[in-house]
Amino acid sequence: MRRLDLNAALLAGAIAMIGVNAQAEERFGIGRPATPAEIAGWNIDIGRDGANLPPGNGSVERGRTVFAEQCAACHGDKGQGGVGDRLVGGQGTLASPKPIRTVGSYWPYAPTLFDYIRRAMPQNAPQSLSNEDVYAVSAYVLSLNGVVPEDAVLDAGSLAAVRMPNRDGFVSDPRPDVHNH
Amino acid sequence: MGEKTGKRVREASRRHFLQAGAALAGGSAAAGLGASRALAESGNNLPPNVPDWMKAPGDPMGSQPYGAPSVHEKGVVKNISKTLQQYISASGRTPLQELDGIITPNGLFYERHHGGVPTIDPAEHRLMLHGMVDRPLVFTMEDIRRFPSQSRIHFIECSGNPVYTKPYGKTASDLVGLVSCAEWTGVPLKILLNEAGLQPGAKWIVAEGADAAALTRSIPIEKCLDDAMLVYSQNGERLRPQQGYPLRLLVPGFEGNMNVKWLRRLKVVAEPAYSREETSKYTDPMPDGTAREFTFTMEAKSIITRPSGGQKLNGRGFCEITGLAWSGHGKIKRVDVSVDDGKSWQAAELQDPVLARALTRFRLPWHWDGAPAVIQSRATDETGYVQPTLAELVAVRGLNSFYHNNAIWPWRIDANGEVSNAQA
Repeated sequence: MRRLDLNAALLAGAIAMIGVNAQAEERFGIGRPATPAEIAGWNIDIGRDGANLPPGNGSVERGRTVFAEQCAACHGDKGQGGVGDRLVGGQGTLASPKPIRTVGSYWPYAPTLFDYIRRAMPQNAPQSLSNEDVYAVSAYVLSLNGVVPEDAVLDAGSLAAVRMPNRDGFVSDPRPDVHNH
Repeated sequence: MGEKTGKRVREASRRHFLQAGAALAGGSAAAGLGASRALAESGNNLPPNVPDWMKAPGDPMGSQPYGAPSVHEKGVVKNISKTLQQYISASGRTPLQELDGIITPNGLFYERHHGGVPTIDPAEHRLMLHGMVDRPLVFTMEDIRRFPSQSRIHFIECSGNPVYTKPYGKTASDLVGLVSCAEWTGVPLKILLNEAGLQPGAKWIVAEGADAAALTRSIPIEKCLDDAMLVYSQNGERLRPQQGYPLRLLVPGFEGNMNVKWLRRLKVVAEPAYSREETSKYTDPMPDGTAREFTFTMEAKSIITRPSGGQKLNGRGFCEITGLAWSGHGKIKRVDVSVDDGKSWQAAELQDPVLARALTRFRLPWHWDGAPAVIQSRATDETGYVQPTLAELVAVRGLNSFYHNNAIWPWRIDANGEVSNAQA
């Protein structure tokens, strides 16, 4: 490991130098400034801490309706899965021989749910739901998993405050991990 | 066009139709080592006869403005399962066992997409670079092509290639067909970052695709300032739509989906996005219930592509063993091949040039004595890392780790020359 650490230090040093050189290089003046309005339209990623979540809110109750209309055909009426991923259940199975990975059992951050639903769902019409409906569907999926109560109304603050059951289930990459020689 | 010429063209078309039919009829045997050629023989075109294709002019110039493979190679296509749950978020594999050398033809490069393949008008495609930069910028495709260009040969491999659980595939393509290699042309990402000016504290860049999944992955800034590129061409021509036309991020040696296709946005940030594709997916579950996150690099791996599963040896005697090796950590240093079920190993010859983070072709001359045998290859990369066995991997990661299976894969050759998966 000592040797690996040394290599990592050398690599980091080399990279730092590359960075310095890149900063020092002459610019080409190609491209044009991005306007605030352009950035606002495309800047859709949400931080794990809820950063960049939009205004608005949505209830579990509203989410049940939106889910039935937009999501159930692929994910099942109770999120049990189908053509689309299973979304519900599986808590306590991750260390078993047949782990079930769902929003409730596996996803570490609730704001990621908003991010993913808004950017990619429903699969046949992504980015078509209003922010309110994305909050509502997020709330409904979390309530099906017992993570928020059935009367919950989620907004930027309360969604960011949700602590997911598998929040601490992730570890950094330890590879090379197989010692075969 | 004269009557005589017209007749010749019609005859040529009819001839091609018949040849295409013969090729299709022999298609099921196409995996054999030379067997399909024998099936198609009528004898009329063999010595001492003059072959039909010498008795009339061939197709005129312009009959194929964009060339296509011979009609006799119709069986060499991407390996796409007919039983997928859905085909919008899905993958198709390169037929590795049908190919030679190290470059994957563009039409056979493996595909993985999460929201279908978008049809993007390059005139209306933009790359936005913003976040922790001094100058947020928007680039057209013409802008990006004005920057100094660079061409590099690199593989891209899907992180789940293959999974750890049975059923294991029958062919080399079934097993590890989610790897391909091309010469990529584009601009080093660090040039664009210099254009925008990185601010202190910039640690990651969130890359986003312009597909229906708006696929999002976070790339460490060290990689972005090292060998990451924005590529617009593949093997000399513009990217295929399936590979990200008109613009793709290339992060050599990192798992496939981080090479974000249809790239529309780069956001410089202090910490990763923790997007769905780097939390819910593309994290590696372990037996204790934890999961590894940000497992970027594809470790050293190899596979014998000939002879390999589904093929048949033509008989005892000389049989070249050949295959592919690669490592996301750099160059392949050596490939060892065993023809006695792992009891002994011989160094294979590596085809020059051996390039970092590129497929490397290896070859070993062999004489098959007609007895049943188990053959396999084992790659070592320039870091000294040695490709493990499946048992060694499973001992650490269990059977549910899903991603980053780089196990040695043995083929069994039975007495009649048929090759099959020795671990199936």
